Amino acid sequence: MSESISNKQMYHIVETICDTIEEQQQYLSDLDGELGDGDHGVNMAKCFREVRKKVEPVADKDCGTILKTVGMYVMNSVGGAMGALYGTMFLKLAAECTGKTEVTLDDLARMFTAAENGIRTIGKAQVGDKTLLDTVAPAVASLQKSAAEHKSLTEALAAFEMAAKNGMESTRDLIAKMGRASRLGERTIGHLDAGATSCYFILRSFAHGVEK
Amino acid sequence: MKKFINDPFNLVDEMLDGFLAVHKKKIRKLEDVRSIARTDAPVAGKVGIVSGGGSGHKPAFIGFCGEGMLDAVAVGEIFTSPPPLACYEAVKAANGGKGVLILLGNYAGDVMNFQMSADLSAADGIEVEQVILTDDVASAPKGQENRRRGVSGAFLCWKVAGAKAAAGGSLAECKEVVERVNANTRTIGVALSPCTVPAKGSPTFVLADDEMEYGVGHHGEPGTERIKMMSLDDTVQKMMNEILVDLPFTKGDNVAVVINGLGSTPQIELYAAFRKVKSILDTEKINIENAYVGEFFTGLEMAGFSITLSKLDPEIKSLLDAPASTPCYTC
Repeated sequence: MSESISNKQMYHIVETICDTIEEQQQYLSDLDGELGDGDHGVNMAKCFREVRKKVEPVADKDCGTILKTVGMYVMNSVGGAMGALYGTMFLKLAAECTGKTEVTLDDLARMFTAAENGIRTIGKAQVGDKTLLDTVAPAVASLQKSAAEHKSLTEALAAFEMAAKNGMESTRDLIAKMGRASRLGERTIGHLDAGATSCYFILRSFAHGVEK
Repeated sequence: MKKFINDPFNLVDEMLDGFLAVHKKKIRKLEDVRSIARTDAPVAGKVGIVSGGGSGHKPAFIGFCGEGMLDAVAVGEIFTSPPPLACYEAVKAANGGKGVLILLGNYAGDVMNFQMSADLSAADGIEVEQVILTDDVASAPKGQENRRRGVSGAFLCWKVAGAKAAAGGSLAECKEVVERVNANTRTIGVALSPCTVPAKGSPTFVLADDEMEYGVGHHGEPGTERIKMMSLDDTVQKMMNEILVDLPFTKGDNVAVVINGLGSTPQIELYAAFRKVKSILDTEKINIENAYVGEFFTGLEMAGFSITLSKLDPEIKSLLDAPASTPCYTC
């Protein structure tokens, strides 16, 4: 792997996200059904099917344009908490790589730091509240550490994926503090958070999409 | 799932097409977003009142858009908050130059999306305030009122806010009076059968034939208890016991009562429920000034109802009685 992500690879990343969400649709809805209204997979799949169509015409544009196209669609179509949070995430990622056709590890760390801050501002959750922030925060911390230690992009993305996975897994033992599931209190222990899980699939796609 | 639908994902647009065609004298659709406004919005020199949320709660929210109530409404997918742009366009459509008050239920998605729309509006120089409604006693314990869901008490808040704005109230005055209504309003719901979100296709919960979901939310959220069926009077008594102590409502209070059907409970049962509410309040020497029985805030085809009690003062009472002309409520 080269030491940067090209705009072509960024497009592959988005395609990988769309594929993964489609594949995991039922699983995400089943998870959501345990604690929420059970439509997370359906809504995410519907959203990313449209994202695929919206991104195709900008496939050869810069990384910022590709991610902004994703963010604008997610933000202003699906609604719900997920629209706001994932819309914010992609728009913040995009804003940090405007005009770039190559994104280095340092860029990626800065992009995801901005995304995490955006999610914290709009979602008002803390780590440990059983939300997608539990996936995002450790993954971003891992990326920052890899960047500071000048790791290779390959190593950094592998660590990023692993940290996201562990973060997602951590939600199993947590009590939900935000959103609809928070009304269920201790009944939420033992269940993975659906948002943390879809977020893992998105972050994982950054690692897998680059390999394409 | 047995429903009269085509593609589940087109249902909200198809409903909206029909609704707008029927009520075209009172409301119109905004361009490019799924939001509506009263036909004469923005009303110059009047505070704009905006609300919105997921669909599936008919007649809420769009049924109360019109003179004396809501100026504009953002429409979401079924049980899903509308996106920021829809909320933002609703705010702009309602802005008559005196600021805009957004009233929203306390749900994570609504809070986030309306906050973003408020930020966008503020960046445009529109003065915006928000009140987050929290009347459902079953959704968080006393002392944590700000964590509670907003449910059918919203109807009273929309009515009062709209009337205050129509009477020339400032943005701060409109906000204050709605906060007063919200602080003095308590609701609890009970369900006999669930609803099915079309895109999901299976019921939100499953109840045995002899069970009720007590404290249920307007989207079929689990309640505080699953209990055996009881008679109407015993059910109402249990609900009233909880509401009365929560505020508390006490002897000599003047109140408004809303008996709200959750979707498929017939009016015959709702009026019978009101009769029991009245007898309990008579015994407690609490005076019913305003009473509303019907469907105001449903959860698709859920069977069940909610009881809302709201303590009135003379100003709130007169604002409830002020004229309104909307697709689904006129007085």
